[in-house]
Amino acid sequence: MSILVIAEHDNSSLKQATLSVVAAAKAIGGDIDVLVAGENCGAVAEAAAKAEGVAKVLVADNAAYGHFLGENLGELVAEVGKGYSHILTSAGTTGKDFMPRVAALLDVAQVSDIIRVESEDTFVRPIYAGNAIATVKASDSIKVITVRPTGFDPVAAEGGSASVEQLDVVKDAGLSSFVGEEKAKSDRPDLASAGIVISGGRGMQNGENFKMLEQVADLLGAGMGASRAAVDAGFVPNDMQVGQTGKIVAPQLYVAVGISGAIQHLAGMSDSKVIVAINKDEEAPIFQVADYGLVADLFEAVPQLEEELKKVL
Amino acid sequence: MKVLVAVKRVIDYNVKVRVKPDNTGVDLANVKMAMNPFCEIAVEEAVRLKEKGIANEIVVVSIGPKACQEQIRTALALGADRGIHIEVDEDVQSLDAAKLLKAVVEKEEPKLVILGKQSIDSDNNQTGQMLAALTGMGQGTFASEVVVDGEKVNVTREVDGGLMTLSLSLPAVVTTDLRLNEPRYASLPNIMKAKKKQLDTMSPADLGVEIASRLTTLKVEAPAARQAGVKVADVAELVDKLKNEAKVI
Repeated sequence: MSILVIAEHDNSSLKQATLSVVAAAKAIGGDIDVLVAGENCGAVAEAAAKAEGVAKVLVADNAAYGHFLGENLGELVAEVGKGYSHILTSAGTTGKDFMPRVAALLDVAQVSDIIRVESEDTFVRPIYAGNAIATVKASDSIKVITVRPTGFDPVAAEGGSASVEQLDVVKDAGLSSFVGEEKAKSDRPDLASAGIVISGGRGMQNGENFKMLEQVADLLGAGMGASRAAVDAGFVPNDMQVGQTGKIVAPQLYVAVGISGAIQHLAGMSDSKVIVAINKDEEAPIFQVADYGLVADLFEAVPQLEEELKKVL
Repeated sequence: MKVLVAVKRVIDYNVKVRVKPDNTGVDLANVKMAMNPFCEIAVEEAVRLKEKGIANEIVVVSIGPKACQEQIRTALALGADRGIHIEVDEDVQSLDAAKLLKAVVEKEEPKLVILGKQSIDSDNNQTGQMLAALTGMGQGTFASEVVVDGEKVNVTREVDGGLMTLSLSLPAVVTTDLRLNEPRYASLPNIMKAKKKQLDTMSPADLGVEIASRLTTLKVEAPAARQAGVKVADVAELVDKLKNEAKVI
């Protein structure tokens, strides 16, 4: 078997999610090649070559791939991938965008968002927003798969020494063009890969109050998240949303502040190692999944938490 | 221009999902069904395009058993003009759904096809992109804003880390994210009117598509339940437990 992993990156650095996808590829078993498609993405290719378990890195470096447009990536990956038994990428918004195009062009099914590998053709994935877990067997000759990174412990980023090969395949479908982007600027760790995440919900009452959480997050080196209720109320931008329709996180420590614990939120964080809930309503469903629950007014508890943390950190 | 909207009948999002005791699937007997929430947003966006005078006809299509005509009627009540029901009793997977929709696109020749980004049952997030690939169209997935400008459409997409705007040549496929709009409710007079709107039924064979099962679900289980832990008395105890018991800070 031979597996092609499509790297997730931003043209300058390799996203950690890619290391989790390589881990999924290792669980399937076989030679693992990594395709880095982007523009001026040499540093990413070098990083991918160092990842544990990678045999070869293929680089498609062209302006057509600079913004990861689904039409262009779809054609490229379908062409490069047709000689492989499995094509894998991370289930981030880029992978979700281009991968179904790859499957359609190859006339095969896609298995989305896998969290476990049972065998070379059988995979486990959540359905119904994580309220059910399905084991699915794929019968097509090429398995096209997106991987939920939190389901797999990343392989080591260093230690490998894969060869790097430049591809001169240029696929520009000419169907779409990049207009602009608005990236949320933050010095905090990326929500999806942070070791600690602190999230606020409707109980925060307004966006200004999220500053209290920011101070705690900065002490802990934590990523900042929010519930859908907080996002829908306009307290914080939507890329902070943790849940079924937002980001799926599984940090070592997840702190939910003023979050009731709707199913849609739990679907995004219940795989966290340790969950802390702070809520004044002791009946809130979040307490049913929390390892440590504190029934308290968050406006008193959060400043106290900051003070207590300062003592021990 | 003509807009095609695809909608799916799924379990109502308020219903608590229960896995069948024999692990063959999710129990859908006597469960309330509804239009997939992302599809409602797709219908709403099409109706808004018509209200702005950009769209002149909205065709709504659904694939599934006879019962999904209910969801087509709902879309007609919300403002779609005409319905197409592709009647299939067996489970239709994303690639076949895309092939069926491609056949409809070839017949109807819409300028814009709007779908939900995913259905809340299978959570695949595939059909729109597959349709776009099969028809050779550009795609604006996870849309939070759609602006039609002559022969182009600008789509702002919700991506990891923020927003990204693309310009697509028409015809194009757009898949909706939650914040694109807030769907309206159908009024009673419109529900009555919808009953008289045209609804054509066809089979996959009529469209030249053979339904194939490429993915077999071996079993469906309930997720491992997480046990509730302990309540702490105050912040000091919480910090102590996190440091000395859980050792996560």
